[in-house]
Amino acid sequence: MARAESTQDRGAARLAAGPEMISGPAAAGAPPKQRSARRKRIELTILLGPPLILFIGFVFVPMIFAIWYSLYNWNGYGPLSDFIGLQNYQGVVTGSVFHQALLHNIIIAVLSVVIQLPISIGLALLLNRRMRGQTALRLAVFTPYVLSQATTAVMWSMLLSHGGPVDSLLKSVGLAALIHFWLASTSLVLYTLFFVVTWQFIGFGIVLLLAGLQGIPPELREAAAIDGASSWQITRRIMLPLLGPTIRIWIFLAVIGSLQLFDIVWIMTLGGPANASQTMLTYLYFNGAERTQFGYGATVSVVLFIISFVFALAYQRYALRRDTAGALTRAVG
Amino acid sequence: MTVLSAARGRGHADTAARRRTWITRPGTYLVILFVLAITLVPMLYLILSGFRTTGQLGSNPNGLPHPWVWSNYASILESAVFWQAVLNSAIIAVVATALAMVLGSMAAFALSRYTFRGRDGLFLLFTAGLLFPLNTAALPLFLMLQKIGMNDNLFGVALPEAAFSLPVTIVILRPFMRAIPGELEDAATVDGATRIRFFVRILLPLSRPALITVGILAFVTSWNTYLLPLIVLSTPSHFTLPLAVAMFQSQYSTDTARVFAYTALSMLPALSIFVFAQRYLVGGLVGAIRG
Repeated sequence: MARAESTQDRGAARLAAGPEMISGPAAAGAPPKQRSARRKRIELTILLGPPLILFIGFVFVPMIFAIWYSLYNWNGYGPLSDFIGLQNYQGVVTGSVFHQALLHNIIIAVLSVVIQLPISIGLALLLNRRMRGQTALRLAVFTPYVLSQATTAVMWSMLLSHGGPVDSLLKSVGLAALIHFWLASTSLVLYTLFFVVTWQFIGFGIVLLLAGLQGIPPELREAAAIDGASSWQITRRIMLPLLGPTIRIWIFLAVIGSLQLFDIVWIMTLGGPANASQTMLTYLYFNGAERTQFGYGATVSVVLFIISFVFALAYQRYALRRDTAGALTRAVG
Repeated sequence: MTVLSAARGRGHADTAARRRTWITRPGTYLVILFVLAITLVPMLYLILSGFRTTGQLGSNPNGLPHPWVWSNYASILESAVFWQAVLNSAIIAVVATALAMVLGSMAAFALSRYTFRGRDGLFLLFTAGLLFPLNTAALPLFLMLQKIGMNDNLFGVALPEAAFSLPVTIVILRPFMRAIPGELEDAATVDGATRIRFFVRILLPLSRPALITVGILAFVTSWNTYLLPLIVLSTPSHFTLPLAVAMFQSQYSTDTARVFAYTALSMLPALSIFVFAQRYLVGGLVGAIRG
């Protein structure tokens, strides 16, 4: 809540500081002006009222519900009467399964940045070259992104099933030694899921980076080439630094996405085996919805929200500060 | 002739650049081929396997259909359950998209072409919504919907989805509406049009490209959402397509070929939207993120 206030203040301050009048018919005489002011108020109410009601009603109010329910022990039946204060929070924060789940989210996030990002940058640089079929290539790479995660999950769980297509492909090319229990091995399952997540989302990241690359003026490259810079030097010293803002947005989206991981994991493994692929949201769904411990589930929602929000704020403060563009940047002011 | 020489001219520049590149052309194509294979082969495999029988799949998982079997696809296309799921997904997506577009463009209009106290604060409030992913709010939404009696209701899914689409909608539309010259509005005012009339008759038609982008974004997002309908919808006849796919897999886990066919069919709507609208979708997503 403090945040909403401070952003409001900042907004007001900016409004006062920067005269960004866009339009507004010149006022002529007092009575018409008064009338037009009232008219404007009515118009603004009509225009902004419904969207604000929908937005606040379904985005902010549920959060209040979550905080309220998180203070109760409630299994979905009967009245909300068993007030237990912060006990649910204590349960979440000290729960070893929740720690595991959080760790898995963090591992996925780190893997995204360490593995997915370099691959994405490399592929974006490749696809940025002039070549035949460029547009078709970009579309092909982007395609998995438009599938629903549920479809992707069902597809890959079929492909990776034991003795299924992937295994038999490995066998037929003489790599039978590589065959594993992709989804049933506690040590492997998280990395298998990471592969599936990468399969679905890497195309979006590549398209994002491509857009960033296209924003770099070609003159810079040409000038460096004339000065005798090699292609590698141009990439390393000019393209990558100028791609910085896009990369930082990429990392932001990847981490937020990793923290929200659910559909693929739930459908492919239900968070198992033995919690080995539990994420915060599968933990939340299992405890909150499946076991109908709604009070506890609400608590996990609040904790998850706080984690995402703290990350967003910290990232904005330390990493995105330099980038002026982007609504995300402004949003977390 | 001129085209040819121009192409040749560009070719020269290309070779000059190519000499300096740090990865060779065959290397480039090899990498791209590899990426294409990983991206497309699984989907093709899925579609083809739907034309086989589970027996064929068992004896050789990686063969081609022989003979081609239509019964998997046919039985799904004839099942009322499948079409019910498609219909549910469509109803939710259409309602969510329409609401996001109508309310989002109203808000974007007010936030881009009116001057009033607290305008930037309001804009920040909406953009702050970008930090609330729908997944985080799914269980809280369920608790709220239960309280107001909208559980297991298609609108109980559509309304939150619309609300969560508003931030992106406004973030894309506002700069677009802002860029439309003020002279147009002055001219409309001189001609006696009210601002609302200007909005409906002039600004909205001019914003068409941005509106299409926003609409497709909202539609695809809604079409693919899984967790919220999973929590909110409990009657199987209310299930959306993603829920139905996951349910089908657990129900028919032994009939592999049918699951392949079902999954392939469930990809079709999103894929066809993508093929028709890729220009708007890709541009819009990137635009949304870069603000």
